[in-house]
Amino acid sequence: MNAFDYAAPRSVDEAISLLDAENGDVGILAGGTDLIAQLKEGGRKIDLLLDLKRIPEATALTFDEAGLHIGAATSCAQIYTFDVVQSLYPALVDCTSLIGSIQIQNRGSMGGNFCNASPAADTPPSVIVQGGACRIVGPNGAREVVAEDFFVGPGQSALQPGELLIAIRIPPPVANSGAFFLRFIPRNEMDIAVANAAASVVLDADKTTILSARIAIGAVAPTPLLVADAGAALAGKAVDDEDALEAACAASRAAANPISDMRGTIEQRVHLSGVLTGRAIRGAIQRAKES
Amino acid sequence: MPGKVHVTTTINGESVEFLCEPRQTILEVLRDQLDLTGTKEGCSNGNCGACSILVNGGVIDACLMMAVEAEGEELTTIEGVASAEGLHPLQQKFLEHAALQCGICTPGFIVAAKALLDNEPTPSEERIRLYLAGNLCRCTGYDKIVRAVQDAASAMAE
Ligand SMILES: Cc1cc2nc3c(=O)[nH]c(=O)nc-3n(C[C@H](O)[C@H](O)[C@H](O)COP(=O)(O)OP(=O)(O)OC[C@H]3O[C@@H](n4cnc5c(N)ncnc54)[C@H](O)[C@@H]3O)c2cc1C
Ligand code: FES
Ligand code: FES
Repeated sequence: MNAFDYAAPRSVDEAISLLDAENGDVGILAGGTDLIAQLKEGGRKIDLLLDLKRIPEATALTFDEAGLHIGAATSCAQIYTFDVVQSLYPALVDCTSLIGSIQIQNRGSMGGNFCNASPAADTPPSVIVQGGACRIVGPNGAREVVAEDFFVGPGQSALQPGELLIAIRIPPPVANSGAFFLRFIPRNEMDIAVANAAASVVLDADKTTILSARIAIGAVAPTPLLVADAGAALAGKAVDDEDALEAACAASRAAANPISDMRGTIEQRVHLSGVLTGRAIRGAIQRAKES
Repeated sequence: MPGKVHVTTTINGESVEFLCEPRQTILEVLRDQLDLTGTKEGCSNGNCGACSILVNGGVIDACLMMAVEAEGEELTTIEGVASAEGLHPLQQKFLEHAALQCGICTPGFIVAAKALLDNEPTPSEERIRLYLAGNLCRCTGYDKIVRAVQDAASAMAE
Protein backbone atom coordinates (compact mmCIF):
# COMPACT_ATOMS: atom_id res chain seq x y z
CA MET A 1 0.00 0.00 0.00
CA ASN A 2 1.33 3.49 -0.79
CA ALA A 3 1.68 5.91 2.11
CA PHE A 4 -1.22 8.25 2.86
CA ASP A 5 -2.62 10.48 5.59
CA TYR A 6 -5.67 9.75 7.70
CA ALA A 7 -8.49 11.99 8.88
CA ALA A 8 -11.63 11.16 10.84
CA PRO A 9 -13.75 14.33 10.70
CA ARG A 10 -16.49 14.83 13.27
CA SER A 11 -18.91 16.71 11.03
CA VAL A 12 -20.18 16.78 7.46
CA ASP A 13 -18.75 20.27 6.91
CA GLU A 14 -15.32 19.17 8.05
CA ALA A 15 -15.47 16.14 5.76
CA ILE A 16 -16.44 18.28 2.76
CA SER A 17 -13.61 20.70 3.37
CA LEU A 18 -11.16 17.77 3.49
CA LEU A 19 -12.50 16.48 0.16
CA ASP A 20 -11.02 19.58 -1.46
CA ALA A 21 -8.86 18.86 -4.51
CA GLU A 22 -5.75 20.25 -2.85
CA ASN A 23 -5.69 17.16 -0.64
CA GLY A 24 -5.08 15.06 -3.75
CA ASP A 25 -6.85 11.76 -4.24
CA VAL A 26 -9.04 11.23 -1.19
CA GLY A 27 -10.24 7.72 -0.39
CA ILE A 28 -13.53 7.84 1.47
CA LEU A 29 -13.68 5.08 4.05
CA ALA A 30 -16.86 3.50 5.38
CA GLY A 31 -16.38 -0.18 6.30
CA GLY A 32 -13.35 -0.59 4.05
CA THR A 33 -14.31 -4.05 2.79
CA ASP A 34 -14.01 -2.87 -0.81
CA LEU A 35 -11.61 0.05 -0.40
CA ILE A 36 -8.89 -1.61 1.70
CA ALA A 37 -8.79 -4.59 -0.64
CA GLN A 38 -8.42 -2.17 -3.59
CA LEU A 39 -5.61 -0.27 -1.83
CA LYS A 40 -3.79 -3.52 -1.09
CA GLU A 41 -4.00 -4.80 -4.61
CA GLY A 42 -2.41 -1.53 -5.69
CA GLY A 43 -5.22 -0.73 -8.09
CA ARG A 44 -6.06 2.37 -6.11
CA LYS A 45 -3.56 4.93 -4.75
CA ILE A 46 -4.68 7.70 -2.41
CA ASP A 47 -3.17 10.67 -0.58
CA LEU A 48 -5.69 10.86 2.24
CA LEU A 49 -7.94 8.27 3.85
CA LEU A 50 -11.12 10.01 5.00
CA ASP A 51 -12.98 7.95 7.61
CA LEU A 52 -16.71 8.73 7.79
CA LYS A 53 -17.44 6.67 10.89
CA ARG A 54 -16.94 9.53 13.38
CA ILE A 55 -19.61 11.67 11.69
CA PRO A 56 -22.88 11.16 13.61
CA GLU A 57 -25.08 11.50 10.50
CA ALA A 58 -23.04 8.89 8.65
CA THR A 59 -23.64 6.25 11.29
CA ALA A 60 -27.22 7.14 12.28
CA LEU A 61 -29.97 4.59 11.77
CA THR A 62 -33.39 6.04 12.57
CA PHE A 63 -37.04 5.76 11.61
CA ASP A 64 -39.74 8.47 11.70
CA GLU A 65 -42.72 9.74 9.60
CA ALA A 66 -40.36 10.42 6.72
CA GLY A 67 -39.22 6.81 6.74
CA LEU A 68 -35.95 5.02 7.32
CA HIS A 69 -32.72 7.01 7.46
CA ILE A 70 -29.66 4.84 6.93
CA GLY A 71 -26.40 6.68 7.57
CA ALA A 72 -24.05 5.87 4.70
CA ALA A 73 -21.48 4.19 6.94
CA THR A 74 -23.95 2.12 8.99
CA SER A 75 -22.91 -1.52 8.80
CA CYS A 76 -25.06 -4.21 7.19
CA ALA A 77 -25.29 -5.99 10.56
CA GLN A 78 -26.60 -2.85 12.27
CA ILE A 79 -29.23 -2.57 9.54
CA TYR A 80 -30.52 -6.14 9.69
CA THR A 81 -30.57 -6.26 13.50
CA PHE A 82 -32.61 -3.01 13.76
CA ASP A 83 -36.12 -4.05 14.87
CA VAL A 84 -37.83 -1.53 12.58
CA VAL A 85 -35.99 -2.97 9.59
CA GLN A 86 -36.96 -6.50 10.62
CA SER A 87 -40.64 -5.61 10.93
CA LEU A 88 -41.16 -3.02 8.17
CA TYR A 89 -38.35 -3.53 5.64
CA PRO A 90 -37.71 -7.29 5.35
CA ALA A 91 -36.31 -6.84 1.81
CA LEU A 92 -33.42 -4.94 3.43
CA VAL A 93 -32.78 -7.90 5.72
CA ASP A 94 -32.80 -10.15 2.63
CA CYS A 95 -29.93 -8.26 1.00
CA THR A 96 -27.81 -7.01 3.91
CA SER A 97 -27.73 -10.41 5.62
CA LEU A 98 -26.26 -12.21 2.61
CA ILE A 99 -23.38 -9.87 1.84
CA GLY A 100 -20.09 -11.73 2.30
CA SER A 101 -19.68 -13.25 5.75
CA ILE A 102 -20.63 -12.11 9.28
CA GLN A 103 -17.17 -10.51 9.40
CA ILE A 104 -17.94 -8.51 6.24
CA GLN A 105 -21.48 -7.64 7.42
CA ASN A 106 -20.14 -6.23 10.69
CA ARG A 107 -18.03 -3.73 8.77
CA GLY A 108 -19.39 -3.28 5.25
CA SER A 109 -22.04 -0.60 4.79
CA MET A 110 -24.90 0.02 2.39
CA GLY A 111 -23.35 3.39 1.51
CA GLY A 112 -20.09 1.66 0.55
CA ASN A 113 -22.02 -0.93 -1.44
CA PHE A 114 -23.72 1.91 -3.36
CA CYS A 115 -20.58 4.04 -3.90
CA ASN A 116 -18.47 1.09 -5.00
CA ALA A 117 -21.14 0.82 -7.70
CA SER A 118 -20.47 -2.78 -8.66
CA PRO A 119 -23.07 -3.95 -11.20
CA ALA A 120 -23.53 -7.02 -8.95
CA ALA A 121 -23.99 -5.09 -5.69
CA ASP A 122 -26.67 -6.72 -3.57
CA THR A 123 -28.28 -3.80 -1.74
CA PRO A 124 -29.36 -1.45 -4.59
CA PRO A 125 -32.30 -3.49 -5.98
CA SER A 126 -34.16 -3.58 -2.64
CA VAL A 127 -33.65 0.15 -2.12
CA ILE A 128 -34.70 0.97 -5.69
CA VAL A 129 -37.99 -0.97 -5.53
CA GLN A 130 -38.88 0.64 -2.21
CA GLY A 131 -38.50 4.14 -3.64
CA GLY A 132 -35.27 4.93 -1.81
CA ALA A 133 -33.17 8.03 -2.39
CA CYS A 134 -29.52 8.93 -1.89
CA ARG A 135 -28.72 12.05 0.08
CA ILE A 136 -25.54 13.60 -1.29
CA VAL A 137 -23.60 16.44 0.31
CA GLY A 138 -20.90 18.58 -1.24
CA PRO A 139 -19.43 22.05 -1.47
CA ASN A 140 -22.66 23.37 -3.00
CA GLY A 141 -24.93 21.93 -0.32
CA ALA A 142 -27.12 18.84 -0.23
CA ARG A 143 -29.08 17.17 -3.02
CA GLU A 144 -31.13 14.02 -3.36
CA VAL A 145 -31.02 11.48 -6.17
CA VAL A 146 -33.49 8.60 -6.50
CA ALA A 147 -31.66 5.32 -5.97
CA GLU A 148 -32.08 4.09 -9.56
CA ASP A 149 -30.33 7.23 -10.86
CA PHE A 150 -27.36 6.91 -8.48
CA PHE A 151 -25.65 4.32 -10.69
CA VAL A 152 -23.96 5.54 -13.84
CA GLY A 153 -21.73 2.63 -14.90
CA PRO A 154 -19.52 -0.10 -13.46
CA GLY A 155 -17.71 1.55 -10.53
CA GLN A 156 -19.29 4.90 -11.37
CA SER A 157 -21.91 6.69 -9.32
CA ALA A 158 -23.65 10.04 -9.65
CA LEU A 159 -21.26 11.54 -7.07
CA GLN A 160 -19.34 14.54 -8.43
CA PRO A 161 -15.82 15.43 -7.29
CA GLY A 162 -16.00 16.89 -3.78
CA GLU A 163 -19.26 15.13 -2.96
CA LEU A 164 -20.02 12.24 -0.67
CA LEU A 165 -23.04 10.09 0.07
CA ILE A 166 -24.25 10.84 3.58
CA ALA A 167 -27.42 8.73 3.85
CA ILE A 168 -29.90 6.51 2.10
CA ARG A 169 -33.55 7.19 2.84
CA ILE A 170 -36.49 4.92 2.24
CA PRO A 171 -40.09 6.10 2.65
CA PRO A 172 -42.35 4.28 5.13
CA PRO A 173 -44.09 1.27 3.57
CA VAL A 174 -47.68 2.00 2.52
CA ALA A 175 -50.60 -0.22 3.62
CA ASN A 176 -50.90 -3.66 1.98
CA SER A 177 -47.43 -3.55 0.46
CA GLY A 178 -44.54 -5.99 0.47
CA ALA A 179 -41.01 -6.25 -0.92
CA PHE A 180 -38.60 -9.13 -1.48
CA PHE A 181 -35.02 -9.61 -2.69
CA LEU A 182 -33.08 -12.67 -3.77
CA ARG A 183 -29.98 -13.54 -5.76
CA PHE A 184 -28.52 -16.52 -7.55
CA ILE A 185 -25.06 -17.77 -6.60
CA PRO A 186 -23.58 -21.21 -7.27
CA ARG A 187 -22.71 -21.68 -3.58
CA ASN A 188 -24.80 -21.16 -0.45
CA GLU A 189 -22.90 -18.11 0.80
CA MET A 190 -19.74 -16.04 0.33
CA ASP A 191 -20.09 -15.41 -3.39
CA ILE A 192 -20.91 -12.55 -5.75
CA ALA A 193 -24.30 -12.61 -7.47
CA VAL A 194 -24.61 -14.09 -10.95
CA ALA A 195 -27.89 -12.19 -11.00
CA ASN A 196 -30.16 -10.66 -8.38
CA ALA A 197 -33.64 -9.14 -8.28
CA ALA A 198 -36.03 -7.30 -6.00
CA ALA A 199 -39.75 -6.58 -6.25
CA SER A 200 -42.21 -4.47 -4.33
CA VAL A 201 -45.98 -4.55 -4.71
CA VAL A 202 -48.89 -2.54 -3.35
CA LEU A 203 -52.15 -4.49 -3.16
CA ASP A 204 -55.74 -3.29 -2.82
CA ALA A 205 -57.54 -3.57 0.52
CA ASP A 206 -58.79 -7.10 -0.33
CA LYS A 207 -55.26 -8.10 -1.23
CA THR A 208 -56.47 -9.63 -4.49
CA THR A 209 -55.32 -7.00 -7.00
CA ILE A 210 -51.91 -5.45 -7.57
CA LEU A 211 -52.28 -1.67 -7.57
CA SER A 212 -48.65 -0.98 -8.46
CA ALA A 213 -45.32 -2.79 -8.56
CA ARG A 214 -41.64 -2.02 -8.96
CA ILE A 215 -39.01 -4.48 -10.13
CA ALA A 216 -35.23 -4.06 -10.13
CA ILE A 217 -32.54 -6.44 -11.36
CA GLY A 218 -28.78 -6.52 -10.81
CA ALA A 219 -25.58 -8.10 -12.15
CA VAL A 220 -27.17 -8.26 -15.60
CA ALA A 221 -26.26 -4.80 -16.93
CA PRO A 222 -23.58 -2.13 -16.32
CA THR A 223 -25.72 -0.83 -13.42
CA PRO A 224 -28.63 -2.11 -11.31
CA LEU A 225 -31.79 -1.55 -13.37
CA LEU A 226 -35.31 -0.44 -12.50
CA VAL A 227 -37.48 -2.37 -14.99
CA ALA A 228 -40.45 -0.05 -15.41
CA ASP A 229 -42.11 -2.36 -17.97
CA ALA A 230 -42.13 -5.22 -15.48
CA GLY A 231 -43.94 -3.11 -12.90
CA ALA A 232 -46.39 -1.85 -15.53
CA ALA A 233 -47.21 -5.42 -16.58
CA LEU A 234 -48.50 -6.12 -13.07
CA ALA A 235 -50.43 -2.93 -12.31
CA GLY A 236 -54.18 -3.53 -12.10
CA LYS A 237 -53.77 -7.31 -12.44
CA ALA A 238 -54.95 -10.00 -10.04
CA VAL A 239 -52.31 -11.33 -7.64
CA ASP A 240 -52.70 -14.79 -9.20
CA ASP A 241 -52.64 -13.66 -12.85
CA GLU A 242 -49.96 -15.95 -14.27
CA ASP A 243 -49.95 -14.19 -17.67
CA ALA A 244 -49.17 -10.88 -16.00
CA LEU A 245 -46.42 -12.52 -13.98
CA GLU A 246 -44.90 -14.00 -17.13
CA ALA A 247 -45.13 -10.61 -18.87
CA ALA A 248 -43.19 -9.06 -15.99
CA CYS A 249 -40.53 -11.78 -16.23
CA ALA A 250 -40.30 -11.23 -19.99
CA ALA A 251 -39.82 -7.51 -19.39
CA SER A 252 -36.86 -8.26 -17.10
CA ARG A 253 -35.33 -10.62 -19.66
CA ALA A 254 -35.70 -7.90 -22.29
CA ALA A 255 -34.13 -5.25 -20.03
CA ALA A 256 -31.15 -7.42 -19.08
CA ASN A 257 -28.02 -6.51 -20.99
CA PRO A 258 -25.38 -8.73 -19.37
CA ILE A 259 -21.86 -9.83 -20.16
CA SER A 260 -20.38 -13.30 -19.98
CA ASP A 261 -17.70 -13.76 -17.33
CA MET A 262 -16.38 -16.45 -15.01
CA ARG A 263 -19.59 -16.34 -12.97
CA GLY A 264 -22.07 -16.82 -15.78
CA THR A 265 -22.89 -16.48 -19.45
CA ILE A 266 -25.12 -13.94 -21.17
CA GLU A 267 -27.76 -16.62 -21.81
CA GLN A 268 -27.76 -17.77 -18.19
CA ARG A 269 -28.04 -14.23 -16.87
CA VAL A 270 -30.91 -13.32 -19.19
CA HIS A 271 -32.71 -16.48 -18.14
CA LEU A 272 -32.02 -15.81 -14.45
CA SER A 273 -33.37 -12.26 -14.75
CA GLY A 274 -36.74 -13.74 -15.61
CA VAL A 275 -36.65 -16.52 -13.01
CA LEU A 276 -35.56 -14.23 -10.17
CA THR A 277 -38.08 -11.56 -11.17
CA GLY A 278 -40.88 -14.13 -10.88
CA ARG A 279 -39.69 -15.34 -7.49
CA ALA A 280 -39.19 -11.81 -6.19
CA ILE A 281 -42.74 -10.86 -7.23
CA ARG A 282 -44.23 -13.94 -5.56
CA GLY A 283 -42.21 -13.21 -2.44
CA ALA A 284 -43.35 -9.58 -2.39
CA ILE A 285 -47.01 -10.55 -2.86
CA GLN A 286 -46.72 -13.07 -0.03
CA ARG A 287 -45.28 -10.43 2.30
CA ALA A 288 -47.97 -7.93 1.28
CA LYS A 289 -50.65 -10.51 2.15
CA GLU A 290 -49.06 -11.07 5.54
CA SER A 291 -48.67 -7.33 6.24
CA MET B 1 5.86 11.59 3.92
CA PRO B 2 2.74 11.30 6.04
CA GLY B 3 3.41 11.13 9.78
CA LYS B 4 2.65 8.39 12.22
CA VAL B 5 -0.59 8.40 14.16
CA HIS B 6 -0.94 7.80 17.88
CA VAL B 7 -3.75 5.36 18.67
CA THR B 8 -5.26 4.57 22.06
CA THR B 9 -7.37 1.46 22.18
CA THR B 10 -8.37 -1.43 24.43
CA ILE B 11 -7.10 -4.90 23.60
CA ASN B 12 -8.21 -7.90 25.65
CA GLY B 13 -9.37 -5.60 28.42
CA GLU B 14 -6.16 -3.63 28.72
CA SER B 15 -5.57 -0.09 27.54
CA VAL B 16 -2.96 -0.09 24.78
CA GLU B 17 -1.25 2.76 22.94
CA PHE B 18 0.71 2.45 19.73
CA LEU B 19 2.12 4.51 16.88
CA CYS B 20 1.27 3.41 13.39
CA GLU B 21 1.31 4.52 9.80
CA PRO B 22 -2.17 5.17 8.38
CA ARG B 23 -1.48 2.50 5.74
CA GLN B 24 -1.02 -0.28 8.31
CA THR B 25 -3.86 -2.67 8.97
CA ILE B 26 -4.74 -3.58 12.53
CA LEU B 27 -3.63 -7.12 11.64
CA GLU B 28 -0.09 -5.88 10.89
CA VAL B 29 0.07 -3.88 14.11
CA LEU B 30 -1.27 -6.74 16.25
CA ARG B 31 1.20 -9.23 14.83
CA ASP B 32 4.30 -7.17 14.06
CA GLN B 33 4.23 -4.45 16.71
CA LEU B 34 2.22 -5.77 19.63
CA ASP B 35 3.46 -9.38 19.43
CA LEU B 36 -0.08 -10.70 19.37
CA THR B 37 0.67 -13.32 16.74
CA GLY B 38 -2.25 -15.61 17.57
CA THR B 39 -4.31 -13.75 14.96
CA LYS B 40 -3.30 -15.26 11.62
CA GLU B 41 -2.98 -13.89 8.12
CA GLY B 42 -4.31 -16.05 5.32
CA CYS B 43 -5.78 -14.41 2.24
CA SER B 44 -5.42 -10.79 3.36
CA ASN B 45 -8.59 -9.84 1.49
CA GLY B 46 -11.55 -10.78 3.66
CA ASN B 47 -12.20 -14.26 2.36
CA CYS B 48 -10.68 -16.71 4.84
CA GLY B 49 -11.37 -15.39 8.36
CA ALA B 50 -7.96 -16.48 9.74
CA CYS B 51 -7.53 -12.89 10.97
CA SER B 52 -10.88 -12.76 12.83
CA ILE B 53 -10.93 -10.50 15.90
CA LEU B 54 -13.75 -8.90 17.85
CA VAL B 55 -14.36 -5.16 17.72
CA ASN B 56 -16.88 -4.08 20.35
CA GLY B 57 -18.06 -7.69 20.47
CA GLY B 58 -18.63 -8.12 16.73
CA VAL B 59 -16.39 -10.37 14.65
CA ILE B 60 -14.48 -8.70 11.82
CA ASP B 61 -11.55 -9.47 9.53
CA ALA B 62 -8.48 -7.66 10.90
CA CYS B 63 -6.89 -7.64 7.43
CA LEU B 64 -9.67 -5.26 6.30
CA MET B 65 -9.49 -2.80 9.19
CA MET B 66 -6.89 -0.07 9.38
CA ALA B 67 -4.96 0.26 12.64
CA VAL B 68 -6.01 3.92 12.96
CA GLU B 69 -9.64 2.81 13.05
CA ALA B 70 -8.99 1.09 16.41
CA GLU B 71 -8.95 4.46 18.21
CA GLY B 72 -11.30 4.24 21.21
CA GLU B 73 -12.58 0.76 20.32
CA GLU B 74 -12.54 -2.46 22.33
CA LEU B 75 -10.69 -5.28 20.62
CA THR B 76 -10.54 -8.94 21.58
CA THR B 77 -8.02 -11.28 19.99
CA ILE B 78 -7.51 -15.01 20.47
CA GLU B 79 -5.05 -14.15 23.26
CA GLY B 80 -7.97 -12.70 25.23
CA VAL B 81 -10.27 -15.72 24.94
CA ALA B 82 -8.83 -17.93 27.70
CA SER B 83 -9.15 -16.70 31.29
CA ALA B 84 -6.84 -16.97 34.29
CA GLU B 85 -8.83 -20.06 35.34
CA GLY B 86 -8.10 -21.89 32.10
CA LEU B 87 -9.16 -22.47 28.53
CA HIS B 88 -12.46 -21.18 27.19
CA PRO B 89 -14.95 -24.03 26.62
CA LEU B 90 -14.54 -23.51 22.86
CA GLN B 91 -10.80 -24.04 23.13
CA GLN B 92 -11.30 -27.10 25.33
CA LYS B 93 -13.82 -28.61 22.92
CA PHE B 94 -11.68 -27.93 19.85
CA LEU B 95 -8.97 -29.99 21.57
CA GLU B 96 -11.33 -32.78 22.64
CA HIS B 97 -12.91 -33.07 19.19
CA ALA B 98 -9.58 -32.73 17.39
CA ALA B 99 -11.22 -29.92 15.43
CA LEU B 100 -7.90 -28.86 13.96
CA GLN B 101 -5.02 -30.27 11.99
CA CYS B 102 -2.49 -27.64 10.92
CA GLY B 103 -4.21 -25.10 13.18
CA ILE B 104 -3.77 -21.96 11.12
CA CYS B 105 -7.53 -21.40 10.90
CA THR B 106 -8.20 -22.25 14.55
CA PRO B 107 -7.80 -18.85 16.25
CA GLY B 108 -10.15 -17.31 13.68
CA PHE B 109 -12.75 -20.05 14.15
CA ILE B 110 -12.63 -19.78 17.93
CA VAL B 111 -12.95 -16.00 17.91
CA ALA B 112 -15.85 -16.14 15.42
CA ALA B 113 -17.57 -18.94 17.34
CA LYS B 114 -17.17 -16.94 20.56
CA ALA B 115 -18.97 -14.01 18.94
CA LEU B 116 -21.78 -16.39 17.98
CA LEU B 117 -22.15 -18.03 21.41
CA ASP B 118 -21.88 -14.70 23.25
CA ASN B 119 -24.96 -13.52 21.36
CA GLU B 120 -26.80 -16.78 20.65
CA PRO B 121 -26.04 -19.41 23.30
CA THR B 122 -28.00 -22.24 21.61
CA PRO B 123 -27.50 -21.98 17.84
CA SER B 124 -28.70 -24.73 15.50
CA GLU B 125 -26.17 -26.63 13.40
CA GLU B 126 -27.37 -24.73 10.35
CA ARG B 127 -26.87 -21.43 12.14
CA ILE B 128 -23.35 -22.41 13.21
CA ARG B 129 -22.42 -23.36 9.64
CA LEU B 130 -23.83 -20.12 8.25
CA TYR B 131 -22.20 -17.98 10.94
CA LEU B 132 -18.81 -19.57 10.33
CA ALA B 133 -19.06 -19.36 6.53
CA GLY B 134 -16.49 -16.55 6.57
CA ASN B 135 -13.89 -18.88 8.10
CA LEU B 136 -12.15 -21.33 5.80
CA CYS B 137 -10.37 -24.52 6.83
CA ARG B 138 -8.22 -26.41 4.39
CA CYS B 139 -7.75 -29.47 6.62
CA THR B 140 -10.67 -30.65 8.73
CA GLY B 141 -13.70 -30.75 6.45
CA TYR B 142 -15.56 -28.58 9.02
CA ASP B 143 -17.62 -31.33 10.69
CA LYS B 144 -15.39 -31.59 13.74
CA ILE B 145 -15.35 -27.82 14.07
CA VAL B 146 -19.14 -27.69 14.04
CA ARG B 147 -19.34 -30.53 16.61
CA ALA B 148 -16.85 -28.73 18.86
CA VAL B 149 -18.91 -25.54 18.73
CA GLN B 150 -22.13 -27.45 19.46
CA ASP B 151 -20.46 -29.23 22.37
CA ALA B 152 -19.03 -25.98 23.73
CA ALA B 153 -22.51 -24.45 23.58
CA SER B 154 -23.87 -27.38 25.63
CA ALA B 155 -21.01 -27.15 28.12
CA MET B 156 -21.57 -23.43 28.55
CA ALA B 157 -25.29 -23.95 29.13
CA GLU B 158 -24.60 -26.20 32.12
C1 LIG C 1 -15.18 -11.46 1.21
C2 LIG C 1 -16.09 -10.42 0.64
C3 LIG C 1 -17.38 -10.77 0.27
C4 LIG C 1 -18.24 -9.82 -0.26
N1 LIG C 1 -19.51 -10.21 -0.61
C5 LIG C 1 -20.37 -9.31 -1.15
C6 LIG C 1 -21.69 -9.69 -1.52
O1 LIG C 1 -22.11 -10.84 -1.31
N2 LIG C 1 -22.50 -8.75 -2.09
C7 LIG C 1 -22.08 -7.48 -2.30
O2 LIG C 1 -22.86 -6.68 -2.81
N3 LIG C 1 -20.84 -7.09 -1.95
C8 LIG C 1 -19.97 -7.97 -1.40
N4 LIG C 1 -18.69 -7.57 -1.05
C9 LIG C 1 -18.27 -6.20 -1.31
C10 LIG C 1 -18.38 -5.24 -0.10
O3 LIG C 1 -18.28 -5.91 1.12
C11 LIG C 1 -19.67 -4.44 -0.14
O4 LIG C 1 -19.73 -3.72 -1.34
C12 LIG C 1 -19.80 -3.48 1.06
O5 LIG C 1 -21.15 -3.11 1.21
C13 LIG C 1 -18.93 -2.24 0.90
O6 LIG C 1 -19.15 -1.38 2.01
P1 LIG C 1 -17.94 -0.73 2.82
O7 LIG C 1 -18.57 0.10 3.86
O8 LIG C 1 -16.99 -1.77 3.27
O9 LIG C 1 -17.28 0.16 1.68
P2 LIG C 1 -15.85 0.82 1.57
O10 LIG C 1 -14.86 -0.21 1.19
O11 LIG C 1 -15.56 1.65 2.77
O12 LIG C 1 -16.12 1.79 0.33
C14 LIG C 1 -16.43 1.29 -0.95
C15 LIG C 1 -16.19 2.37 -2.00
O13 LIG C 1 -17.11 3.43 -1.87
C16 LIG C 1 -16.47 4.64 -1.48
N5 LIG C 1 -17.32 5.19 -0.43
C17 LIG C 1 -17.72 4.53 0.71
N6 LIG C 1 -18.61 5.27 1.38
C18 LIG C 1 -18.77 6.42 0.67
C19 LIG C 1 -19.57 7.58 0.88
N7 LIG C 1 -20.41 7.66 1.92
N8 LIG C 1 -19.51 8.58 -0.04
C20 LIG C 1 -18.68 8.47 -1.11
N9 LIG C 1 -17.90 7.40 -1.35
C21 LIG C 1 -17.94 6.38 -0.47
C22 LIG C 1 -15.09 4.25 -1.04
O14 LIG C 1 -14.15 5.29 -1.25
C23 LIG C 1 -14.82 3.04 -1.90
O15 LIG C 1 -14.42 3.43 -3.19
C24 LIG C 1 -17.81 -8.50 -0.46
C25 LIG C 1 -16.51 -8.14 -0.09
C26 LIG C 1 -15.65 -9.08 0.47
C27 LIG C 1 -14.27 -8.67 0.87
S1 FES D 1 -6.47 -12.88 6.23
FE1 FES D 1 -8.16 -11.66 6.72
S2 FES D 1 -9.81 -12.76 5.90
FE2 FES D 1 -8.09 -13.91 5.21
S1 FES E 1 -6.75 -26.97 10.48
FE1 FES E 1 -5.55 -26.49 8.75
S2 FES E 1 -6.71 -24.91 7.82
FE2 FES E 1 -7.99 -25.57 9.39
